[in-house]
Amino acid sequence: MSEPPTSEPDRPRRKRREAAAPSPASLVDPAIAAPVRAAVAACREQRGNLIPILHEIQRTLGHVPEDAVPVLAEELNLSRAEVHGVITFYHDFKPSPVLGPKVQVCRAEACQAVGAEELFAAAPGLCGTVEQVFCLGNCALGPSVAIDGRVYGRMTASRLREVLA
Amino acid sequence: MTTVYVPRDSAARSVGADEVAAAFAEADPSLTIVRNGSRGMLWLEPLVEISSSEGRIGYGSVTPADVPGILAGTAESIGVVDEHPWLASQQRVTFARMGRTDPLSVDDYLANGGMAGLRRARTMTRAEVVAEVTESGLRGRGGAGFPAGIKWKTVMDCPDGLKFVCCNADEGDSGTYADRMVLEGDPFMLIEGMAIAAYAVGATEGYIYIRSEYPDGIATMREAIKRAEPWLDGFNLETRVGAGAYICGEETSMLESLEGKRGMVRAKPPIPAFEGLFGKPTVINNVLTLATVPTILAGGADAYQSLGVERSRGTQVFQLGGNVARGGIVETAFGITLGELVEGYGGGTRTGRPVRAVQVGGPLGAYVPTSQFDLPMDYEAFAKANAMVGHGGIVVFDESVDMAAQARFAFEFCAAESCGKCTPCRVGAVRGVEVIDRIRTGVDRDENLAVLEDLCELMTDGSLCAMGGLTPMPVRSAINHFSEDFEARQP
Repeated sequence: MSEPPTSEPDRPRRKRREAAAPSPASLVDPAIAAPVRAAVAACREQRGNLIPILHEIQRTLGHVPEDAVPVLAEELNLSRAEVHGVITFYHDFKPSPVLGPKVQVCRAEACQAVGAEELFAAAPGLCGTVEQVFCLGNCALGPSVAIDGRVYGRMTASRLREVLA
Repeated sequence: MTTVYVPRDSAARSVGADEVAAAFAEADPSLTIVRNGSRGMLWLEPLVEISSSEGRIGYGSVTPADVPGILAGTAESIGVVDEHPWLASQQRVTFARMGRTDPLSVDDYLANGGMAGLRRARTMTRAEVVAEVTESGLRGRGGAGFPAGIKWKTVMDCPDGLKFVCCNADEGDSGTYADRMVLEGDPFMLIEGMAIAAYAVGATEGYIYIRSEYPDGIATMREAIKRAEPWLDGFNLETRVGAGAYICGEETSMLESLEGKRGMVRAKPPIPAFEGLFGKPTVINNVLTLATVPTILAGGADAYQSLGVERSRGTQVFQLGGNVARGGIVETAFGITLGELVEGYGGGTRTGRPVRAVQVGGPLGAYVPTSQFDLPMDYEAFAKANAMVGHGGIVVFDESVDMAAQARFAFEFCAAESCGKCTPCRVGAVRGVEVIDRIRTGVDRDENLAVLEDLCELMTDGSLCAMGGLTPMPVRSAINHFSEDFEARQP
């Protein structure tokens, strides 16, 4: 410690206690901490890099676990509350891994006009977890469904069953 | 040697373009297969084109089974694609190259008028470039329609230092896909437009904020930026990927997201032109706005300004979607009527039933009845009719639509996607759903309609941004034009 001694009588004691307690980040399972730190390193040069980092974590781990929060807070010099707030704001960052293909059914107006609501209602029976999404940019060829990022147009329940088979 | 064009656009891929391209490669390995952008005749996708002495001959809705017939010359064609009346009658300015070229071919881009705008801009002073954009009458194509040149001038006049150019490619509105088509089908055009903007305002860094729902657009854009590096002259351009938040299409929310924060809307002032990204002067334009700039610089402000009507100058890239027979891109001068677009180009509904309502300008735009089909597509004419042209997305509904359900959805969507910063939007959207439910179940209908109107007024006047401020627009238009749908229903 290179800081000059302070005249406040209780200050050194508090400092010692802080130093003794392990940081929240150091308690995180290395199986999570390591890829999180790697994601930070990969985006180190970018301005305002938290979103790209979170995308990278989501890509490598399939979700953004709660344990990533203290590691990110330490790496980026943010509060844990700030990091948590950002993660939970965006639909793309999932708290737990999703099993099976990622199926997103468009429920926006253009697809509604050609029967998206019926498809959205029928989809869980075909593929388990279904996410709603508002617009895949395929508005002339709806109803649209994205499966693991690939868009399918003019979708029907029977075609969805075929594609997922 | 025969060249086969099979679009790589994700709309074409969504109906089997990849399988068709593979079938051609397998049928005859000597063929040159070009994965071009889409022409925008989306109802004909996958639209395959075969080179010939007369021009590129088109075949619509091709499946792998059609491939042998096309190669043998026995399949039925739609003729020379460039001469197809649906396409030939349009005034393609921004989308002039779309579908003709391989989007990632620098040679194609240069051979088809690319870079002429940037080259000319660099022979002019910064002020001259900004003046050219101002004189062209170009207004923001993202929906608000703010004059682009005025925005640029504000940033140019800020003291030199770190400045940014940000392209808003968070095209989250239902019924719009023109931005996506530019990202996937003519990415160099957007890069050129951003380079011109950067030169004009003195910016050194640029970001293209693309929504994560557009993986093809992101990949194409990233590759295009790599290939365009030599043109950028030190302008550092980067793509950033959104994370599934609709509100990040609002410009200040997008800035927050670019800074790595929650996409919460900022109060204005200060406007981003003075204090934008990281507090620095920032130009924020939509994809189509920036993509139109190269053409304006190449052809001059007068040529662009001569198109259009009143204060809506130039062309708009209209996007026909929803329940429409011939969906796709219609780029034409402002002033065309809504009916000409929906009934003429669109050919009515896909289901063949009569059109009942058309939503113009995205989820926050008004539902327009067929009785207003003579409205000219013009920012001010639409505003006068309590509607908006917005970004030119047009979603068609047939007579089976329940307009009370659509009004309810407008609130439901707002509740799901509100950033939560201001109360009218965060709470009002939830209350709106409840009130419409009460109206539909016949609970104090007239009183609740009055409450709904009150709520709409409050949200319009009291919200921080367009999300809460415009959600009442589809709701009110549904009530005004389709009041019969708001009668109580039997459960």
